[in-house]
This record gives sequence, C-alpha cells and structure tokens, in this order.
Amino acid sequence: MLLQTAVSATAAAHPLVGTLASYVWLVPLLPLLGFVINGVASLFPAYIAGPTDPSQDAEAGHMHPGDAGYGHPPVAPFYARLSTVVGPLVVALSFLLTLGILAAWLAASPAAPYIQTYGAWMPAGDMRIDWAFQVDQLAITMMLVITGIGTLIHIFSIGYMRGDPGYSRYFAYLNLFIFFMLVLVLGASYPVMFVGWEGVGLCSYLLISFWYSDEVNANAGKKAFIMNRVGDFGFLVAMFLMFANFGALDFAGVDAAVLSAGQGSAVITVICLFLFLGCAGKSAQMPLYLWLPDAMAGPTPVSALIHAATMVTAGVYLVARSSMLFALAPAASLLVALIGALTAFLAATVGLKQWDIKKVLAYSTISQLGYMFVAVGVGAYTAGVFHLVTHAFFKALLFLGAGSVIWALHAAYHHTHREDDAQDMRNMGALRHRMRWTWVLMWVATLAIAGIPFFSGFFSKDQVLESVAARALGSPIAEVSLLGLPGSGVLWFIYALSLASAFLTAVYMTRLMIYTFHGPSRVGAAEEPQVREAPWVMTLPLLVLGVLSAFGGWLNLPELFPMGRLHVLDAWLEPVVGAARDRLSGVDIHLSHNTELALVAAAVAAAVLGMLVAKVFVKPEVLVPKAQAARSRGFGGVLERAYSVDQGVDRVLIRPTVTFSRKLLWRGLDNGLIDGLLVNGSAVVARGFAWAGSRVQSGNVGSYAWIFVAGALVVLGVLTFR
Amino acid sequence: MQDLLVSVNFFAWALPALLVVPLVGALLIRLFGRTALPDREPGFAPWREVRNLAFGTLVVELLIALLLWLGFDPAGPAYQAVADFPWIPEWGARLRFGVDGISLAMVLLTAVVMPAAVLGGWTSVTTKIRSYYALLLVLTTGLMGVFLSLDLLLFYVMWELMLVPLYFLIGIWGAARRVRASLKYFLFTFPASLLMLVAIIATYVAAGSQSFDVEYLIANTDMTVLGQAWLFGAFFLAFAVKSALVPMHTWLPDAQHEAPIAAAVALGVKVGAYGLLRFALPLFPAGAMDSTVRTVIIVLSVVTIVYGALVAMVQPDLKRLTSYSSISHVGFVFLGIFALTVTGVQGSVTTMVSSGLATCALFLMLGMLHERRGTGMIANFGGLAKAVPMYATLFTLFVLSSIGLPGTVGFVGEFLVLVGSYATYPLATVVGATGVVLAAAYALWAFQRVFFEPLANPENAKMPDLNRRELGVVGLLAILIIWLGIAPGNMLRRIEPAAERLVQGVTTAAGMAGAQGTPEAP
Repeated sequence: MLLQTAVSATAAAHPLVGTLASYVWLVPLLPLLGFVINGVASLFPAYIAGPTDPSQDAEAGHMHPGDAGYGHPPVAPFYARLSTVVGPLVVALSFLLTLGILAAWLAASPAAPYIQTYGAWMPAGDMRIDWAFQVDQLAITMMLVITGIGTLIHIFSIGYMRGDPGYSRYFAYLNLFIFFMLVLVLGASYPVMFVGWEGVGLCSYLLISFWYSDEVNANAGKKAFIMNRVGDFGFLVAMFLMFANFGALDFAGVDAAVLSAGQGSAVITVICLFLFLGCAGKSAQMPLYLWLPDAMAGPTPVSALIHAATMVTAGVYLVARSSMLFALAPAASLLVALIGALTAFLAATVGLKQWDIKKVLAYSTISQLGYMFVAVGVGAYTAGVFHLVTHAFFKALLFLGAGSVIWALHAAYHHTHREDDAQDMRNMGALRHRMRWTWVLMWVATLAIAGIPFFSGFFSKDQVLESVAARALGSPIAEVSLLGLPGSGVLWFIYALSLASAFLTAVYMTRLMIYTFHGPSRVGAAEEPQVREAPWVMTLPLLVLGVLSAFGGWLNLPELFPMGRLHVLDAWLEPVVGAARDRLSGVDIHLSHNTELALVAAAVAAAVLGMLVAKVFVKPEVLVPKAQAARSRGFGGVLERAYSVDQGVDRVLIRPTVTFSRKLLWRGLDNGLIDGLLVNGSAVVARGFAWAGSRVQSGNVGSYAWIFVAGALVVLGVLTFR
Repeated sequence: MQDLLVSVNFFAWALPALLVVPLVGALLIRLFGRTALPDREPGFAPWREVRNLAFGTLVVELLIALLLWLGFDPAGPAYQAVADFPWIPEWGARLRFGVDGISLAMVLLTAVVMPAAVLGGWTSVTTKIRSYYALLLVLTTGLMGVFLSLDLLLFYVMWELMLVPLYFLIGIWGAARRVRASLKYFLFTFPASLLMLVAIIATYVAAGSQSFDVEYLIANTDMTVLGQAWLFGAFFLAFAVKSALVPMHTWLPDAQHEAPIAAAVALGVKVGAYGLLRFALPLFPAGAMDSTVRTVIIVLSVVTIVYGALVAMVQPDLKRLTSYSSISHVGFVFLGIFALTVTGVQGSVTTMVSSGLATCALFLMLGMLHERRGTGMIANFGGLAKAVPMYATLFTLFVLSSIGLPGTVGFVGEFLVLVGSYATYPLATVVGATGVVLAAAYALWAFQRVFFEPLANPENAKMPDLNRRELGVVGLLAILIIWLGIAPGNMLRRIEPAAERLVQGVTTAAGMAGAQGTPEAP
C-alpha cells in the first residue's frame, strides 16, 4: 500500500510505469517472504527422530544396524514439506516476474533506466540516501541469472539436503541470500547496493558454516566474512570519497558528476582502486582470494549458487555498474585487468594439483573470475558480463555435478558404514558406469569451460581474449603507463597469461573428469555397487544447465560464426556500458578478419592442447585411494598446498596481531600501565577507599546508599523550597 | 497528536514528570512492607510486587518519553517542553529543563533500556531487593536529569545523582570482584567530575557570576582562547573518562563485568558524549576548535576504535568483550563529534543510540547466560546454536548490529559518522574505517567459539532456550534495532536541527574568538 503510492508518485513519467516492471519490488520481496516462512519452520524439527535415516547428517553421525529406524527413509513432517514447497517456489516466482519485466522492457524499450523510490533511508545533513531500485539492462541480466540459476539450485537442494536436521534453516538462508543478491543488483545507489553486498556476505557466512558443529566449517565461514570485510572497507572508503567529491552516492548522480571530471583524474583513480578492493574481497581476487577455497566447507549447492554463479560475480557487476568511473581511470582499469590475469593464472596452477573435487572447482572459479576482471578491466564490459553468464551456467553445472557425485559416494559410504572422504578424487574413478547422466553433463560443462568450439564458454572466453588483444593493438588504455610499464606491453602480458590460463583450465578440468569418471575404480569393492545416480529432482536441474552450457554462446555470437543473431548481449548492454567502453578502447576497435581468425585459433589450440596434455599425463591407473596416498613432494606439493599462502598469512599477520593485542595492549597497557599507574599506584587514595570497601563488604552498605541518596535529596529540597 | 498533547498541557509537565516519576517509584518501593524483606528465591511474592512496581514505574516513564518523542516538532524552537523553576536565586541557578533532538534521542534510549534491563534481569537479583530497585529508579532520574538539564549547576547535581547509585549498585549487587570494580569506577569518575565542578565554577565566574543557564553562559562567557582551552580540557577529561575513551577506559570492562545487569546496561548509555555535545563544545568553541586540541582528540578517537576492537578480540570473557566493543564504538562517537559536520554529529548521536541498544541487548543476553550457567567465559561454551537456537539467532542479530551490518541501526551510525568525518579528517576516517574489519574479527571469533563447534559440555546441552519473558524483551529490542536500521529518518530528522545549531554555533563562535577554525588532517 505504502509502497505503491510512493512508486506512482516518483516515477510517473517512465514508460515502464503500469507494466509488470512496476512490481519489481516484489522480485526481492518474494524470497524475503520465503526466508520468513522457512525461518519460522526451522524452529520446528525438520525430520522426525525415530524411524529416520539421516544420510546427510554430519552432526549426529551415522546410524548403525540395530538402531531404531535403521534403514528407513527419513520422515518429513509438515514443516519440512512446507520448506520443500516454499523455498524453491518463491525464487521461481521471482524468476517468472523477472521474465515479465524483461518482456515489458523489450516492449517499451525505454531510453533511461527505471528508478523506483520507496522513501528516505538516511537523510542526514546534505546527504540524502533513498531506498530505491534501478531497473536497466544490466540489472535485468543479473536478475535473470540470480533467480534462474537460483531456482534450479533450490530444486537440486531438495534432493541434496533431504534428511538434514537443518533442512528448513538451509532454505531460509538460501532464500535470504537470493533476497540480498537481488538488492545488490537492483539498488539504485552505492549504499543500497552495499546493503545487498554485506547481506550476501552474511548469508555466505551462515551457509559456509552451515554444519557448524565441525570447527573446520565454522573457521571457513569466519574467514570468508572477515576477508570480505577487508573488501567492504574498500567499498566504504570509496563511498566516502565519492560523496566528498561528487556530493552524490546514487548511480545517476555519480555518473552525472564524473562526466565533468577529466580522464585519469587522481580522485577517480583512487575511488576505483578502493572499489576494486571491494571487488577483490567479494570476487576472491588477489590478494583476498584465500577464503573461497575454504568456503567449499558449505553444502555443495551453496558452492554452486553463491561461490560460483552469483555472489562471487558481484565484483564484476560492481565494475560494470561503475563503468563510467573506471573508464575515467585507465590506469586503475589496467591494474584491474592485470590482477585479474595474475589471479586467473595462479589459481589455475593450483587447480592442477588439488585432490578435493570441490577445491579444483573453487580454484577454477577464482581463475574464471580473473577472466571476467580481465574483460571489465580492459573496458570490454559486455565480454565480462557474457563470461559471467556462461560461467554461471557451466560452473553451476560442474558444482551440482560434483554434488551429485559426492551425494552418491556419501550414500554408498553410509550403506557400508565407511568413514572416508567423499570429495577426494583419489576415492573415485570409473563413475561413468554408474552415473551416466552426471558423467555426460559434466563433460558438457568441461568442454564449455575449456573453451571447445561451440560450447558456451568458447564464445565468452574468446571474446575476452580477443578484447584484450584488440586493446593491445591500439586503444586509449594501451597509451597509459602502469608503474612505468607501457600499457600495450601490459596488455600483451595479460593476453599471454590469459591464454596460458586457458591452457591450464583445459588441463585441470580434463584431469578432474579422468580421475572422477574414467580409469579404474577406487571407490572400494563394497561401495562400488551402491553408487547410483541421484534422483531426478537433482538430475533435472543438471540437464537444464547442460543445455544452457552447451548453447549459452548463442547469447552473443561474433561475426566470425554467423550461426544466428549476432551480438545480442552486446546490443542489449550497449546503453549501460557503451559510452564507458568507448572511452577506454576507442570507438573503432574492430580487428581484421585474419587477426580474429588467428586469435580464435590460438584459443582453441590452447584448449585442445590442454586436454591432450591431460590425456597423456594424467594416469588414473597409478593412483591410490586417499588413505594410502603419500604426501606430494617437489613443485607438485607446493601447488597442492596452494603455495602455502594461508600458512604465511597466519604466521605473518594473524598470529602477531593476536599476540600484540593480548600481550602488549591488554596485559601490558590496560592491566599493567594504566591500571598500575592510575589505580593501584595511587596507594594513599586506595587505602582510603579500602576502608570504604570494607564497609561495603560489611553488608550495611544498603543503609549507606540510602543515607547518601536521602542526603542529596534533602540538600536539593532545602535549596529548592526555602 | 500535537493538539491532544497541548490540550492536556503535556509539554509543561512532561519533563518534570520524567524526573519525578522514578523518584516516586523509588519512595514507594522503599516504603513497601514494614520489615526488611528476607533474601529469598525469585518467586517470593512480596518480591514480585517490588519488581512489578519498579517495572511499572519505568513503563510509565517510557510512555511519557514516547509521547514527548511523538510531540517533538523538528521545525520548532531549539529547546522544547521547557520547564523552569526557581532554585537558588542568590547564585542564579534555576531548575531549567528542556529537550532538543539530541537530548530527546538519549531520553528515549534511556526510557527504553531501563525497563528492558529490569524485565530482562527479572530473576537475576536475589538480595536486598527493595534497595536495588529503588536505587535503579534514582539512577534513572539521574540519567534523565543529565539529558534534560539546561542549567550547568543542575547538570552537575544530576551527574552526581547518576554516578553515585551506580557506585552502590556495582559495589553491593555486583559479582565476586565487585568491590575492586566499584572502587576503580569511583577512582576514575570522581576526580574527573570534581575537576568538572571546578571548571563549572570558573565558567560561572567568567560569565559574570549571574546565572548557570547554558544559553546565557554561551552568550556571555568572555574568555581568551587559552582560558577556553583549559576549561574545555577539564570538561573533556570528565566526559572522556565517563565515556571510556582510551586511555581512560580500563574501569569500564571491570565495572560492566562485575555490575548487575541493569547497572551494566546503564553504563552503556553514553552520558559523557552527550555532555560534550551539550556543554563542552558550545561553551568553549575556541578551545574545542583549537587545531592542536582537535588533532589530539581525533587521534585518540581513532586509537580508541582500533584499540578497543583489538583488545576485544583477545578477551576470554564475553562481558569484557562486549565492554571493549562498546569502547570501540565510543571512538566512532568522538570521531563524529569532533569532525564537526552535521552528518558527523547525527552519526554520533545515532551511534550513541545504537551502541546503547546493542550494549543493553547483549548484556541482557549475557545475564541470561549467567543465570543459566553461572559463567561468561568463552572457553566454557561451544555449540550453543544447537542447544538454544532462539537465543543464538537473536544474539547473532545484536552482534551484527554492533559490528555495523547494513540494515541495522549500527550501520547507520557508523556510516554517517564516517561520511561526516571524511569531510574534515579524511586520513583519520580511513584508519577508523578499518574498525569494520577488526569488529568482524572479534565478533565472529567469539561467536564461533560460543555458538558453533561441537556441543561438548553436557551442562550446555541441558540449557533451556529463552523463555517468553526473555524472548519478549530481546525480541522487541531486535525489532527496534532493525527498524531504526531501515527507517532511521524520524530519528535523524529530529537530531538534524540540533546538530546544525551546534556545528554552526561552534564554528562561528570559534571564528569570532579568533581561533584557527580550519582543522588540519592529523
């Protein structure tokens, strides 16, 4: 009621008023409603103890033959069934509404973004921050990814989380995440975006630590939140700078204000660097990437949704959303691209030697996010968003596929009462015979991420690589110098790193597939027959994602492959990022046909070569199960331990800070110096008060207190009423 | 609403009522029963009546404060609901009370947290129950008086009326090391407030020994910059000690650790920062605006933010941890005040409110933990989220507000402080903003060790979750924290005119006094 009046009053002129788009507030509100319902449901037991078989119960441990109810499926009472319906349904409804908004947008094709204001949030001094949403092409794209993939992963979760005592709590958190993620992409100003930004961080924390009884999981969640906060610090400082220099914090106001600023202005460069610190935290870029591998402690669908498809791409979205700022700071943009390329490369090398199937995918995600930052860094914003979208398809598929495998192994272990690592690839092998669907679909995703023509990842990765090369050949961003290095040289270096990463991606993904699905089985003789494909509620989302991973490239076909409408996504996002792109890359950046062909050939060669190398060098035959495996030595060991950065940070930063705070600040200054000097040192005073203290202890002090209070009142009264 | 209030002459009696109602309650409690009540279990019938009386009194207080809030006109005169009675004509001291947006926010905060503290700690006190509740009510009057007084001498009397009951509350109803804690509290605050008394008299004399009225003193104090700086220093010291600004903070963790719940909550009400806003800054603008003075204070503020957070991180006890986190908040409050921008001052007052609410809620919850397990040491817990899920959920929310998550009032305060202070002290602001990282570190680390990890201790596994009374109290506080986080507009609009007047008054007065008004970044 209140909402609608406010809406009609503020946005009367926009062509989208009166269409479905005017209900955009419902898109985040529905998941919020789901959160409330599931949150209430979570207060009641999700699965009835007694004749249950909590196959996923990491807390209670496994049941044993002879236990009451052993071997029976878990019994879902009303509240669990409620969550099964409400959890996915609210997100699906949001998705449908987003489709409606897309249709309304296409029908009206408005020239300006549609801004809905719901009221003042922080009116203070000369600052005015409203609760407002902004609908435009970029926001709609993100909304489709969030709600679309979100729906699929919610459905998958029904199967994956079945039998978990925290079933409703899980859906509550997941719904809350979708809400905050939608606020993040819909917010019309940096502070409103920041609400979503920190909100998704909170949900990520809650979901990583979902099985909180295990200290490892709790540690991982905490680490993610704190590292994200380091990034959020950058976001905050960027906002202070923006308000101090532009007097505005909403996107429209900032864009209007920066247009008058010159190219390469120092203030804007600093703002962009602080914003990028925020991106590095949220999107796991160097130096703040350390939390993402640990985040795999959460349930696997969470990894798919939050730590692959949506939240971690928020940084890419932020750069694209702030493209006007970054376009005016070419040096900062170049740095973004460079850090992206370095992250992509280093994470890919670590991915080569991980044994945990989810860890491989985690480093792969860090690496692919690096690609996206390469793209948005060189001003190829559409390429960045394109890769964001295709990556959401194939990486969600990979994670859910891995989830299926883990689920199946877990079920098999459960059957034989074996306690082992269901995520370690050394305990897998030959699963293709037992999990046909998962096997085929994960291969689709692997071919997509490796960049094999004509899978989705091929097109998006190629567009990223091509954009870098095109900028390196001649553009405004190639003119700037970064730390004394010429821009074009840096860009070629970025290109080389990206190409090398493409090669490495093909290697580690093929390795993952070979170890998991091919070669001899290391599952165990007793467990092997128990491994079977997950139920349809889990496989069906995989199938949808498989189709998207295969054909997602049709969203943005280049001229080289005229297999349908060309440049759909380019044209769609042009109004949002076109002007900024032109500033960084020049207006005319078309490459010759031959150059383009050569670039595509190089990318495809890297991918194919990578797969061949993996086929030749990866030998599943010599692998032994995890329990019997020896510790890796040499450079392989360095990679397996991810260059030991974590241990280094712990030793150099965290432990010294804690020791400094405890020994010097608390024990030394507080207890020693200040108390010693001011309190215990003043012996005379203390002795006087010791007497008073003894009276206090004597128990008569109630009367003393009264004597004092009464005395004070008498004095007051006498003075007043003379 | 306004008309209705005017028709019952509400604005004439509201402020005196706020001061008298708790005193009447205290008197009734003191007179209750002929003989001393024996120390009994909480269910003892006469005890219930004493508690009901105290709680009822504070609810009446809350209703008056709420009406005052609703009736306050942000566009109206500076001080509203002014009540003025003669007091000591020879000295020109009067019983003069009034509210502006800043004091109104603090009055409402006090009126909310005091009944919450009584209800939340309903069964926590088991000895000398009449004295306890009566002193609590006297303390409420003292707090209200501090926020309402417009006469400097009256303010001092109220200040003492607030300090002394706290001393007894800690010393008598505190935990094991209560005597040491109350002595420490006294040792810090009493000399500081004596110093303030001297400064008050000096100010009075400097203004011609005519009146203690604040507005009169502001208009008529004729002093050199140096003199202002000295007097400002004296006031600042008193207020900084009471606010627990580093390095004058070590009494607070001890006091709050030992204090009974309600006293710990009352210690979380930021009277010191309020005193700066109402008296120290407007009275001695040139002293406060002196660039050296300001630089020192800004550095202390930033140090307090970081220091408080770092020391909070290594506390083995939850109550001390909460104390140190509120010390860290004080750094934000001081940063916002001495940035002297309207946004910064609004942020500071909001932070005072948010910190007061968070301190109240967290100490109530820690009190409930103490009642159940008799300890607040982090090492004794683990896995509580499984044992007491409702308790854990609400605790999470208060922690999140305390570390400034957007959507809670904690964020609004911190954000406005930092936006406001960036305009004058960019570097200090950036350093202060690292507090958000450190806050996450101390809060989540402690949270993990208490609520996550295995539920190893069977004592913890048997713990009952929140009962209806407890859920009601902390639930309402939770709603308030979220509501003020999403829609702080009503509060900010009331604070804004007062903040504007303060900033404008201080800067112009300092300019006239010939002080160097342009600050330099430290």
